[in-house]
Amino acid sequence: MDILTMFVVIPVLTITGIVLVNDIRKVRIISAAGMGLQLLLAGVLVFLYLSERKAGNMDEMLFIRDIVWFKSLNIHYAVGVDGISVAMIGLTSLVVFAGIFASWEVDFLTKEFFISLILLATGVFGFFISIDLFTMFLFYELAVIPMYLLIGIWGSGPKEYSAMKLTLMLMGASALLLVGLLGIYFNSDPEMGRNFTFNILEISKIYIPIEAQRIFFPMVFIGFGVLGALFPFHTWSPDGHSSAPTAVSMLHAGVLMKLGGYGAFRVAIFLMPQAAHELAWIFIILTSVSVVYGAFGAIVQKDLKYINAYSSVSHCGLVLFAILMMNETAMNGAVLQMISHGLMTALFFALIGMLYGRTHTRLINEMGGLMKVIPFLSVSYVIAGLASLGLPGLSGFVAEMTIFVGAFQHPDLFHRIMTIIAVSSIVITAVYILRVIAILLLGPTTNSHFEHLPDAKWFEKISTITLIGSVAAIGLAPLWLSTMIGNSMHPVLQRILTLNPF
Amino acid sequence: MNLQDFSIMRHELLLTAAAIIVLTAEIFWNPAKKRSITLFAIVIFALITAAGFIPASNGNLFGGMFISTPIRVMMKNILNLGVLIIMIQSVTWLNKEENFDKISEYFILIISTLAGMSFMISAGHFLMFYIGLELATIPVAALAAFERYKNKSAEAGIKLILISALSSGILLYGLSMIYGTTGSLYINEVSRYFSGYNLQILAFIFFFTGMAFKISIVPFHLWTADVYEGAPVNITSFLSVISKGAAIFILIILLFSVFPVIIETWQKTILVTSILTMTIGNLFAIRQQNLKRFLAFSSISQAGYIMLGIIGGSQLGMATVVYYILVYIFSNLGAFGVVAAISNATGKENIDDYNGLYRTNPNLSLIMTLALFSLAGIPPVAGFFGKFFLFAAAAKEGFYFLVVIAVFNTIISLYYYLLVVKAIFINKSEAPVEKFKSDFPTKFALLLCVAGIFITGFASFIFEVIRNYSFGV
Repeated sequence: MDILTMFVVIPVLTITGIVLVNDIRKVRIISAAGMGLQLLLAGVLVFLYLSERKAGNMDEMLFIRDIVWFKSLNIHYAVGVDGISVAMIGLTSLVVFAGIFASWEVDFLTKEFFISLILLATGVFGFFISIDLFTMFLFYELAVIPMYLLIGIWGSGPKEYSAMKLTLMLMGASALLLVGLLGIYFNSDPEMGRNFTFNILEISKIYIPIEAQRIFFPMVFIGFGVLGALFPFHTWSPDGHSSAPTAVSMLHAGVLMKLGGYGAFRVAIFLMPQAAHELAWIFIILTSVSVVYGAFGAIVQKDLKYINAYSSVSHCGLVLFAILMMNETAMNGAVLQMISHGLMTALFFALIGMLYGRTHTRLINEMGGLMKVIPFLSVSYVIAGLASLGLPGLSGFVAEMTIFVGAFQHPDLFHRIMTIIAVSSIVITAVYILRVIAILLLGPTTNSHFEHLPDAKWFEKISTITLIGSVAAIGLAPLWLSTMIGNSMHPVLQRILTLNPF
Repeated sequence: MNLQDFSIMRHELLLTAAAIIVLTAEIFWNPAKKRSITLFAIVIFALITAAGFIPASNGNLFGGMFISTPIRVMMKNILNLGVLIIMIQSVTWLNKEENFDKISEYFILIISTLAGMSFMISAGHFLMFYIGLELATIPVAALAAFERYKNKSAEAGIKLILISALSSGILLYGLSMIYGTTGSLYINEVSRYFSGYNLQILAFIFFFTGMAFKISIVPFHLWTADVYEGAPVNITSFLSVISKGAAIFILIILLFSVFPVIIETWQKTILVTSILTMTIGNLFAIRQQNLKRFLAFSSISQAGYIMLGIIGGSQLGMATVVYYILVYIFSNLGAFGVVAAISNATGKENIDDYNGLYRTNPNLSLIMTLALFSLAGIPPVAGFFGKFFLFAAAAKEGFYFLVVIAVFNTIISLYYYLLVVKAIFINKSEAPVEKFKSDFPTKFALLLCVAGIFITGFASFIFEVIRNYSFGV
């Protein structure tokens, strides 16, 4: 069995293991072991990938495995990775690993919780390794549907409403996507030899007729964009994130929203570059609205999870914004931002979950002075906050800097004005992050109940330290990551630039 | 009749023989052990189903009255398989006290209606088609009224027979026009003389309307919910899966073999009816409380999706329709199997009654969820593959507009399927369905459905086999 398929097999085996045992402790241990193994495997994959590249293997995708599935429709189970997918797989395994520990204390239907959580992870891993649009779509839907149960059963607040809203909006997006993918498929053979294909690499060798691109690019881009919280389709995100249980918020904001950015890049822009070039302006406007509106939205929220959800809208909007800039620097920045935001928002949601578990409130004005009581969690929160507002030395700075430098490279007025508008989000981000830190952590302890709160337990520390370590690692040594991404960005850029030289 | 002729029409002959065997066996059966006749009948039918899958020669019989081609044999096999599952599901219900003296009637009726469907599918002549259609319809009405001491069941039987008579009348009127304009009732001759002038288009409209009643396509669906609700659950599942499947099979065969000349006309007809059927079926399903009515409207909308495979008029579409019906049989029978199990054990049939079901009956809950997800087209279960291929078949012929409407309809349908999932997993209840143990036949039938829901999707060879057979009606 090849290494990539293992990324789907291990979660499935873990689920089987969980089904077979009944003891809650064993369920936790199996989940942690399975996802720990997955993290290890991701490490091995990064190592193998880098050594292959070092050995001079410059194929577009490595570790390709292609099995014919539905022969008459030319549907394959095809997997392969380039630097970007390797980075995303690494991100996913980190977040899932941390998520398992963050939900260590789930006591209601524990078994079912971990099964759904790992099923969700299976979908995400499968999505990132696929190079066949059919398998990709299958894994995408597989990742969305466990969300309904995860939020509906283990969530808080108006969970039934949020779960239904999120599921229907995301499935609505996947409906658009389905039409778009069928459109790509039936236009994947311009010679009309009836050899249609879903394989991304094969489609990238030809150009889909421009008339078809104009119809299907918006469908695919919006289909993925909804998942990436593209304005005005972002409304599922605040409700969904705030109602979801901790690990699900982490996974969802950290990883699932990245499916949107990754898909928009890999499918919409890569396969339909001409239409992307023509129509980018519409989506650039929409994404800059996301960026600024999300940040402003975060300022006025009182609930910690809502603040973070709106901040995710803003940051993920930046990912799509950078992808649409379609030059090397900005797109590198987009991938860096996906990874940076994934880690940092997962950290945020994990910490919020831990705080909520202690204070039983998420409203910032009901809390105060927590720094003295629970220093470990508070310091972690500050680090997450600083990463989010782009402090140098942490991952957020590298990503946002790259994006804005790249975006400003466009010589024309439109792109530059939009970049300036988007840059303003940095300031707004600082406002809401510092406001939360000030009210929440500093000052006197306002509520006497909070004076004896226990600090982080061992499993919470594992979860937090894993994420903080990764955030700092990217912030301090971004080069190896951006080289890995940059190398894989070349085929995409070549395809874009031969058509539309700026 | 030599052996080869026998093998050509083996489905029909074996089914007729089975009906007669069960009928005579009942006379000699020890009345005290009458329940064991269920096992006898099911074993015979299982053997027939298995015999259907044995590869055998194809050809025409009776001077072209009877046509057998690989795809038609495949259709019959699929129907047989579905009926086999329904029979196993019905055992619990048949063992009830009030059905004690009617066990063999059930089998005779259900086998003869299946024989009618087989004749209909193999028809090479409109007369044969019509006889098969009637043989397929009338016993079903008797089955719908099987619990005749219940008003609703009797009402369902009457409604079904009246609607069937009406639709047959309309259909026959269409057939008479076909005969009048072409001078023949042989399907291959009709297609040769069919040129598509106005009277023939009128004939087509009447024919299509008649079939639309059987498939319950909007606006000819009004009988569906009442009949489905009134009939016993196991008969409802037969109506929604087998009757509908057979009618769709024959519709697609005749559209492809008799009416290819007026393809533009029937594409328009199907475009409009398909949109109506999907949308109205889905919108009405949202408000249903009774699960049988709920599944009735869901099955109406499913027929709308199936139209997407027909509309292209392509061989790919044909294959996807047959494949989808197979997937649909497993999914819908899974859902109906759970409804029947709970209804037989507790008499509860409303969505509200399912609140908190997962706490008391986790296995049934999971099967129901899988079946509903398959109906909604969620991976990794088979419904996803079925829907994807249907949409692909329509998109291939350029009906992107229809595909867009269909995919948004799947979102509406996902909403109401999730309402049931929500009731099962999320809602809390003071008095949930109490824990109960299902008997072996129920479990076995549900296991078959679950296996089918997974295998028909992942195992691509099933689709490939159907696809290879789909060349040439």
